[in-house]
Amino acid sequence: MIETIGWIIIVIGVLFDLLGSLGLVRFPDLYNRMQAATKCVTLGTCGIMVGIFLITGFSSMGIKALICALFILFTMPVAAHALSRSSLIFGVKMWKGTVIDKLGEDKGREQIERDEKA
Amino acid sequence: MRKFLYFFFSLILYLLLVWTLDYQEVLAGIVASLLTAVLFGGYFSYEPNKFLQIHRWFWLLLYIPFFIWECFKANLDVALRVLHPERPINPGIVKIRTTLRSEIGRTFLANSITLTPGTMSVEIEDDNLYIHWIDVRATDLAKASLMIARPFERFLQKIFE
Repeated sequence: MIETIGWIIIVIGVLFDLLGSLGLVRFPDLYNRMQAATKCVTLGTCGIMVGIFLITGFSSMGIKALICALFILFTMPVAAHALSRSSLIFGVKMWKGTVIDKLGEDKGREQIERDEKA
Repeated sequence: MRKFLYFFFSLILYLLLVWTLDYQEVLAGIVASLLTAVLFGGYFSYEPNKFLQIHRWFWLLLYIPFFIWECFKANLDVALRVLHPERPINPGIVKIRTTLRSEIGRTFLANSITLTPGTMSVEIEDDNLYIHWIDVRATDLAKASLMIARPFERFLQKIFE
């Protein structure tokens, strides 16, 4: 029974991983891609780890998988923050459909991509 | 105090990783954790006494299921946007203000924001956080703070402040 639940969670995790990588292709700029990459991949990978824990139970492997999930949960947002912050400082432009850029307004340099004609 | 807590947590992590209570392993774990505690314990927590207050742990336990639920909602949201043929995104960077004072509290707030519905923290400056929002619904500082940060702050205030 628990094993079946574990497999179901693993499948859900893999699906979220797949969606995350699909978002990486479909979204228009770096910041939106980062959203898809961090959220879906974090939950997907944590789901796979929790699934492994449910299948193997309190064994050496299951506990390691749980610790792995915990570390992913702690480090993934930090990595995303560092990457997006450094690309903002470096001047990577945002997509032209972007509505507002408060950081650019405060810093005095807007980073939204405009059409050539406008 | 700080070093002792560091020693304690690293020993627990070590024992979980080896997952046996063989006396040789425990001895090796004690030696290794003692070494790390002496070397790096000074960088650990600025207010180690907070670890001993039980009600903070209680709120942390409440926070975890709430966070997992929010995280799950966030994923469904992003997945929907990925699969939708018209790609309904409306991104932008908004500014919010936090009421949390401690460094660790702000770190947790920024991390939680990154993992939940369509928001990602890109910059922290004093009290202000700049958030990349995939679907901007409020550009106003007060309203955006209320929508993004308020649900987490309620918990984090009890845990870390």
